[in-house]
Amino acid sequence: MIVELGHFALVLALAVSVAQMAVPALGAHRRDIRLMRVGEPAALLQFALVVFAFGALTYAFVVSDFSVKLVYDNSHSMKPMIFKVSGVWGNHEGSMLLWVLILALFGAMVSFFGKNLPDTLRARVLAVQASIAVAFLLFIVFTSNPFERLDPAPFEGRGLNPILQDRALAFHPPWLYAGYVGFSMTFSFAVAALMEGRVDASWARWVRPWTLAAWLSLTIGIAMGSWWAYYTLGWGGFWFWDPVENASLMPWIAGTALLHSAIVAEKRGALKSWTILLAILAFSLSLLGTFLVRSGVLTSVHAFAVDPARGSVILGILIFFVGGSLSLYAWRAPTLKTEGIFAPISREGALLVNNMLLSAATASVFIGTLYPLLLDALADMKITVGPPFFNYTFVPIFVPLLCLVPLGPLLGWKRADVKAAAERLLVAAGLAFIALLASVALFYEGPWLAPFGMALAVWLVAGALSEIAWRVKLFSTPLSESWARARRQPRAVWGTALAHGGLGIVVAGIIGVTAWSEELITTLAAGESADIAGYRLTLDGVGLRDGPNFDAMVGLVRVRKDDELVATLMPEKRRFSAERQEKTEPAIRTNGFSDLYVVLGEQAGDGKWVVRAYYNRLAPLIWFGGSFMALGGLISLMDRRLRVGAPTAARAHLRASAAE
Amino acid sequence: MTRKQRRASFIAVSLGILGLAVGLVLYAMSDSIVYFHSPSDVKERGVGPGQRIRLGGLVEEGSVKDLGDARVSFNITDFVETVPVTYRGVLPDLFREGQGVITEGALNEDGSFTADKVLAKHDENYMPPEVADALKRTGDWQGEGAAASHAETYGQGSYP
Repeated sequence: MIVELGHFALVLALAVSVAQMAVPALGAHRRDIRLMRVGEPAALLQFALVVFAFGALTYAFVVSDFSVKLVYDNSHSMKPMIFKVSGVWGNHEGSMLLWVLILALFGAMVSFFGKNLPDTLRARVLAVQASIAVAFLLFIVFTSNPFERLDPAPFEGRGLNPILQDRALAFHPPWLYAGYVGFSMTFSFAVAALMEGRVDASWARWVRPWTLAAWLSLTIGIAMGSWWAYYTLGWGGFWFWDPVENASLMPWIAGTALLHSAIVAEKRGALKSWTILLAILAFSLSLLGTFLVRSGVLTSVHAFAVDPARGSVILGILIFFVGGSLSLYAWRAPTLKTEGIFAPISREGALLVNNMLLSAATASVFIGTLYPLLLDALADMKITVGPPFFNYTFVPIFVPLLCLVPLGPLLGWKRADVKAAAERLLVAAGLAFIALLASVALFYEGPWLAPFGMALAVWLVAGALSEIAWRVKLFSTPLSESWARARRQPRAVWGTALAHGGLGIVVAGIIGVTAWSEELITTLAAGESADIAGYRLTLDGVGLRDGPNFDAMVGLVRVRKDDELVATLMPEKRRFSAERQEKTEPAIRTNGFSDLYVVLGEQAGDGKWVVRAYYNRLAPLIWFGGSFMALGGLISLMDRRLRVGAPTAARAHLRASAAE
Repeated sequence: MTRKQRRASFIAVSLGILGLAVGLVLYAMSDSIVYFHSPSDVKERGVGPGQRIRLGGLVEEGSVKDLGDARVSFNITDFVETVPVTYRGVLPDLFREGQGVITEGALNEDGSFTADKVLAKHDENYMPPEVADALKRTGDWQGEGAAASHAETYGQGSYP
């Protein structure tokens, strides 16, 4: 019964979205406040209905109601509760429902927090947001009904793919989707602004928190996904330039560009038209990501069995929203007036260069991801674009950007003094040079570019610290005065420094893992040993262990350094009986800077076990840095100046002009 | 600087970055693209030894051999041609005889293939599109999941 109610709620939500799409838009057109006001309760009602539908599906998973086809296909009564719940979105239908849930959540948030928005803008934003909901609800109701029943109901489910039964992965999709769908908010604002034909500083101010929230969620989602791939796939890698990964990286880079251009639009009234375009592109890339993942057109290590018919529906949605919004942009953007005057050497100039480089980086990932698809369709040639392509394109574009990151926040608006800014970075440059020398001394046998990468990482971190030191006048005033200044800094300043410094930490991690890691593949019988990076690994034996819904071969690996036992690692090879699949579970010993990573492979014919071990230098820094970046985003989001409300003066002005 | 000069300098910087990006992409395209071949393609198109390619097809039944020291050998087949493959390392969890796989590496002088990468698939029902196409061309395509009844297909899952 609850399942049918869930289905009914979903259909009702579709009807409500249709109303939310049409009525406020009509009201905004006719300047009829009563019609415009329909949007807010409609958004809340739509959210409530989708929450109910999602709740009903979750209930079916929690109680293991195998008469629901989706539960039968993706769950098992023996599965731990957390994976029963995460199974809700560990499949196509449920994940689309999660997509719509987050979409509705954002719509409800506009309705809740957006009291300060001008009436017509709010009405149009909610209408555009509802149009996306209509498209995806239609898609779910007609092609991917999660509430389909089976008759007769089976006694037991088929289980969830074991590699999805993981704690980090359980919460990776919600974050990733919050990021993807978060950009729908900036998209709606952009389209609404194009309809209004007006973009001003307050518009940029309303858009920034949504961009920041989406960017923050996407950062967490990508970091979690990469962490999961690292510790679960058993390859010791954190990023594979796989199409599905690229699909999440593209909106992230475009969103990063949007985050920065929106600052210029707000503070200087320039780059408005560009900001609108980026807002459209960021969401278009999110839709593209959804399409690529859900349609299965690309060969990916992450690919799963998918239904091509659904892919074409998502492609249709993609073409409609991207084509429609870009046409609207081409038609209305020339009417947007740009007021700002630009000096090349200024904060806004630096942000513009940031945008150019980020766009070029997005384009390189875009080409690398889609070119194989195009070549296959047009020339019937199958090619793979792997890490070397991105090392030659993405990396050289990103490196100059990274070099400029510490300089940007030190430049003033309008006209900046580069010399003064550079002087403030002298210490950072010195530290970077020391890092270069130290890396050369420590790893003179490694790749020659790696020490420069490490210098860049230190430059970023030290640059971020230098900015704070300069702002609080560290050492040039008494410490108490610096402390007082530190407390007066807007949160956005701390957020920027954290995010930029976090980026440096990520770079350090990436350099360490790719350039200075060690790998060992060997076969060991019980009692035999092998050496890696100064550690001696001894396989004491392999035993059996029963898990909740699997049984595992567990290797007992003693790790010794200079004959002293430092750790006991237990890599596993799990066999999931319900799903009839195997999954390797690496064991990792970390000291916060380096990981010793051990994988237990197959048992070879001679009774020896294949053991693969990595010593990944600086690997944990990738995710520490990612957390810093996300934290920086969060702190910026809490900045008083970014509260969704606009200054009263601007609001009054807008109300007045809206009423014209 | 006048307004005109400013605009010119911005255009110059954008064109510079655009040119850099285009140049890099073209260079990378010429140098770092890996072609996918089925065993038949390898024979027909005369892929030379040492050239880095992806070789995909089905793992031939009964061909997986353990060579010791973490080395394995197996045959990749599209039922027309078969290529022997050697690989050193831990095989992905879903590697199995009769399953579709993609390996990456280079051919040796004797026509065998040395792989340094064997691609893991997360889903047993999943067939890499390239392998599916290659099998369709040789007429050995069974249809995706069509032949398998509910009892035979196992845990599907998907990853957003």
